[in-house]
Amino acid sequence: MEVIQLHEAMVFLGRFPALAGVNLAVHTGEIIALQGANGAGKTTLLKLCAGLIPLDKGSGKVLGHDLDSEQKSIRRSVAMLGHTSGLYEDLTVDENILFWAQAAGLDRAAAYDRRDDAIQRMGIEERLRRLPVSRLSAGQKRRTSLASLAVRRPQLWLLDEPHSGLDQEGRESVDLFIKEAVKAGATVMIASHELDRINSLSPRVVTIAGGVVAGGEKQ
Amino acid sequence: MSTRKIFKRNQGATSSPKSRLLGLATLFGLVTLFVFAFFLTDPDVRLHPTTGEEIGQFDAVRLLYLHVPMAIIGPYVAPLVGAVASVGYLIKRTQWWDVTAHAAIEVGAIFCGLVLLTGSIWGRPVWNTWWEWGDVRLMTTLILFLMLLGYLALRRVAPDGQKQARRSAIVAIVAAINLPIINRSVEWWESRTLHQKSTLSELKIEDLTFFTLMMGIVVFLMLFTWLVLHRFRLGWLEKESLEQDVLTSIEERRSEATVNEEGTL
Amino acid sequence: MTQFFNDLFLVAMKDLRIEIRSRVIVNQVAPFAVLVLVLFGFALDADQRTLRLFAPGLFWVAILLCLLLAVQRSVSLEVINDSLLGLKMAGLSPSSIFLGKAMAVFVQMIFLELFLTGGVIIFYGTSIDDLALWIVSGLVAALALSATGTLYGALASGLEVRETLLPILLLPVLAPVLIGATKAYSGALGESVTNGWQWTGLLSLFALAALALGAMAYGVLVEE
Repeated sequence: MEVIQLHEAMVFLGRFPALAGVNLAVHTGEIIALQGANGAGKTTLLKLCAGLIPLDKGSGKVLGHDLDSEQKSIRRSVAMLGHTSGLYEDLTVDENILFWAQAAGLDRAAAYDRRDDAIQRMGIEERLRRLPVSRLSAGQKRRTSLASLAVRRPQLWLLDEPHSGLDQEGRESVDLFIKEAVKAGATVMIASHELDRINSLSPRVVTIAGGVVAGGEKQ
Repeated sequence: MSTRKIFKRNQGATSSPKSRLLGLATLFGLVTLFVFAFFLTDPDVRLHPTTGEEIGQFDAVRLLYLHVPMAIIGPYVAPLVGAVASVGYLIKRTQWWDVTAHAAIEVGAIFCGLVLLTGSIWGRPVWNTWWEWGDVRLMTTLILFLMLLGYLALRRVAPDGQKQARRSAIVAIVAAINLPIINRSVEWWESRTLHQKSTLSELKIEDLTFFTLMMGIVVFLMLFTWLVLHRFRLGWLEKESLEQDVLTSIEERRSEATVNEEGTL
Repeated sequence: MTQFFNDLFLVAMKDLRIEIRSRVIVNQVAPFAVLVLVLFGFALDADQRTLRLFAPGLFWVAILLCLLLAVQRSVSLEVINDSLLGLKMAGLSPSSIFLGKAMAVFVQMIFLELFLTGGVIIFYGTSIDDLALWIVSGLVAALALSATGTLYGALASGLEVRETLLPILLLPVLAPVLIGATKAYSGALGESVTNGWQWTGLLSLFALAALALGAMAYGVLVEE
């Protein structure tokens, strides 16, 4: 089954064509790496697939939902990690993850279960759980963000530069997370401008330039 | 692109034969109105019923022939047009409604400012004060004027496109809904009001006075229409020039890809 | 429908919990409010009779200034790490986000009103004459302020100039609330004979309109 299907997709930011006609098909269980220079359109492509910005021209489907008319259903089943953490700095790790679990519509008991499960899977140490997010390191924050998204058990992960600002250990834990997500049946699309960082995941690399797919290679 | 640049590029493009005709008619109307208001009508002079003293507004009344029509358009007609167009935008989501709302409110804000100014100049000799706190219409107009300035400020800073249009539409609608509430609250606030008592109802409404007032309303409605029409066309040109840029920028954007590839090879 | 109220309370409790942790309202805004009261005292030559007479108006002007700060804070919670995006992705309805955030601001405004009432009693020597009127008008005014403030906070959010834009957008709209609340408090504090309940009625009308309009308009804003 195809998780993402785009046909001549165009997106304008104001009057700037951030995406100028993208054709792309992503299959279930794939790891896709979007490669390209800054401003090539990688982030816009991720946001489009997350149902966050409207498709201006062309057509597309994500997880079987139409990008034009069913953005709300797409958002609920997709997890997007952007440049920002999405966390509340003054709340603790536990509180943040619990909040996002409840925001996803889980009842109290289920939300607690999913929280503990996500914390365990992301390898967040016990001592960090009661710390406010503002006191975490960049790597710990990234893992907390991923955990706060993982509670929803999304089928598609859209990760925008998930390795940026992390040390070696942090990068490895993100890589591990991605491998596990795929093992669990999810699909992962990663935007990165440093390809060597994600080589260990042996992804399918798609090059984005000038708002279009400029080339792809199967690894 | 700045408004000024577009105006230069499309010199004269905001006028059409029909709008030029309307413009000439408005100009003619304004001149006639001035002649009537400042020369042909009599000053407001009455005799006090008991003492026989000369009372009234004297020559100051002439300013009312400009003030009253603007006071109908600035705080009432213009915000109403703006709010209706904003509702239209939120329903239809087309630029036409958005540009219309912007044009009506921008011209309306200028009228509101002029109303406050002429009212103040007129109030000095007649009410013996530049500003009367207790007056309902004065206070309502001032607050409305500030709300319209807020709208225009938002339009200047909001990023272009839908975001700007949506946010502005909400501000315009809230302003219009708030208008009667403000009016009511100021009315209760100070139960005295100078407007009705001392102006129109007390004024000797003669035939010529009445005619001049009505003519003023018609002429200023024409002026309002003419200004909004041109402001609308200017706004439209602005949007259109952006759209033309879009087609070329898609080409430019796509060509980045090929240049990049050649560069890396 | 229960999901709607769950989401509403979830957002409200989250904002209040952040306030309990960060104490921005308690440690920064509340002292600022007292400072404003004291500055009014300096400006009016600390004549207690004058101050008592103007206490209702000064009180509500101080509250309006606090509202601006509380709204800026409420907006910045979602903006700093772009958490609003997460709320959108999680599928919360915009109306529930709006009402939840407005409710949190409402609770904070009630706290500030109580705090400042203590201030005007101590510094200006006012007393509460009509307890029922004082309570009801205070609650209704807080509701009107928090609903309108939350909507306008969203209107100005995401813009680089939001700190300077918010006052010019919000304060003119709140003119009827300032007038109404001042009049109602004049009655409640026994400073003048006004029909305080009539004014409370006007405030309720405003509050209802603001809540309904905000709940509808927030969706338009969040869908950006």
